[in-house]
Amino acid sequence: MTAPLLQIDGVTIDYNTKKGNLRALRDISFDVNKGEIVGIVGESGCGKSTLISTILQLLPQNAEWKKGAINFKGKNLIACSEKEMRDMRGKDISVIFQDPMQSLNPVITIGRQMVDIQHRSTSPYVEKWQKAIDMLSMVGIADAETRLKQHPFEFSGGMLQRIAIAMALMSRPDLLIADEPTTALDATLEVEIIKRLKDLHKEMGCSILFISHHLGVIAELCQRVVVMYAGSVVEFGSVDEIFFNPKHPYTRRLIECDPGHIKERAKRLPTIPGEIPDLTEALEGCIFQERCSEIIAKCKISTPHFVSVGQNHQAACWLNHNQEPE
Amino acid sequence: MIKYMIRRLALAALILFVAVTAMFLMIRAVPGDPVQIMLGPRATPELQASLTAALGLDQPIWKQLVIFYSKMMQGDLGVDVFSGRSVTQIVMQQLPYTLELIFASIIWSALLGVIFGAYAAANPNTFWDRMIAFVSVSFIAAPAFVIALLSLLVFAVQLRWFPAIGVGEGFWSRLHHVVLPAFAIGLSWVGYIARLVRASMLEVLGEHHIRTARAFGLAERRIIMVYALRIAILPVITVIGVGMGFLLSAAVFAEIVFARPGLGKLVIDSITTRNYPVVMGAVLVSTGLFVLSTAISDIVNAWLDPRSRQSL
Repeated sequence: MTAPLLQIDGVTIDYNTKKGNLRALRDISFDVNKGEIVGIVGESGCGKSTLISTILQLLPQNAEWKKGAINFKGKNLIACSEKEMRDMRGKDISVIFQDPMQSLNPVITIGRQMVDIQHRSTSPYVEKWQKAIDMLSMVGIADAETRLKQHPFEFSGGMLQRIAIAMALMSRPDLLIADEPTTALDATLEVEIIKRLKDLHKEMGCSILFISHHLGVIAELCQRVVVMYAGSVVEFGSVDEIFFNPKHPYTRRLIECDPGHIKERAKRLPTIPGEIPDLTEALEGCIFQERCSEIIAKCKISTPHFVSVGQNHQAACWLNHNQEPE
Repeated sequence: MIKYMIRRLALAALILFVAVTAMFLMIRAVPGDPVQIMLGPRATPELQASLTAALGLDQPIWKQLVIFYSKMMQGDLGVDVFSGRSVTQIVMQQLPYTLELIFASIIWSALLGVIFGAYAAANPNTFWDRMIAFVSVSFIAAPAFVIALLSLLVFAVQLRWFPAIGVGEGFWSRLHHVVLPAFAIGLSWVGYIARLVRASMLEVLGEHHIRTARAFGLAERRIIMVYALRIAILPVITVIGVGMGFLLSAAVFAEIVFARPGLGKLVIDSITTRNYPVVMGAVLVSTGLFVLSTAISDIVNAWLDPRSRQSL
């Protein structure tokens, strides 16, 4: 078996805040294989964005790396120098950021930005410009030639998102990180963007780390899913396993709460009671204990570790440990 | 862009019209008869009547305004009471000296201020950031006239590097003469602009599009100098546009301390001798300069930030 493209191993990140140390990521581990689409699900504030910044080594200054390693193409990114990282960003690893309206420079034309990100190429300006035109046409933007001379505010959100995708795919990266690329868009556009991403994935064959809190999109696009809660991975496995045989109470509640899964008409949409725990406080036991309806005594004492609960499927919950044949 | 420029300049013309009309009416509202002042207490009534008619002061006020504007359009701002020379000529003779002083001050202080501010924002909370903050605040706090006198003493009298008075002739000599006064009135602007650039730069560097630029592996220098500075510089340009007005008044004392001819000195001299037409002409030109510089700063902003072309 070939080594995975991206291997995240026990990554723990703290933020130094005024209230104390906030543990944003605790002991995160998962892999992304070559050509695979892996989805990450979780509520807002569960550390998805911190995870991206960690992979790219673009963490804010108050972030503190505690432990763990990120191996990408056989290199530990955490040990890489700033220069080595910069050589990889936008070439081997590309990102589509969350809010397309905010993530493009407002005062520079789209064309100029698309030419600028080809800064590694030595080809003449005209060729870079032509490549920008080709990429825009590829993501379905008509009249790319004149559109390139416009500024971001002259585009709609959906178009900007497609431009962001075009920009991220320009260098044919090995790994594409998509951070909630459809959250800022309406449902019809969402479907279109997902379709576009799927086609591009088939064509370019890159691995995609797809981050979303929209379960439907994840089910549609991804092969494997990682479920995150409050900075930890609680369950991971293939799409089918996660959606049809969830083994962690949090995953089960998350699926129950997805509006797409509700069969009967209800007056209120179901929610998970309680709030995300205060991550600045030291925590003993399972991270989900306060909101879990299936809590047992052991949950309060020690943190559950991962056990295999099916083929390519692991969950970190004490309830599963009983089912394990010793 | 062209459309924006036309609209902005039309607005500037309107502002100038309102300002000049207000000034004209205010001068008329001041008690006292200009004719009596011009001719002195011993003039005969016939003489006073003829001068009143010659100045058009016997006409109704709206007609005086029309006459004033039609003359202004032809470049006629009246006549110096004492020498009988054209006010336009006198003002235009002094104007270049003031302009070169203001431009010299703005250019050096803006350049240095932007470099300091950008450097401080790129390296926040480091030793050099704190150092720049300390120096900037000291520059802002130092009164310009004290700097003027001190620099005069040190660089002109003690070290004899620069001439103490006058404006010089020919490009290099004029440049040599403008150094000290421009240093004196520009110094606090260095600090002011550095603080402003640092604050707005820090804000821009925290925006999402900067993270995008970094995620594409763009060089940090390019991100700061092109992607961030182009946005962070916008408030600075607005401030410089308005600051021209303050520099016009700062020029007054610089011209007195360094005995330079110029608009400021002209106004002071004319006020002490009650030479109203010259005062009026000089103030009118300064107002025009001020309106023009704010218009230019808006146009530069619109050129840098296409979003602002939509407004107005």
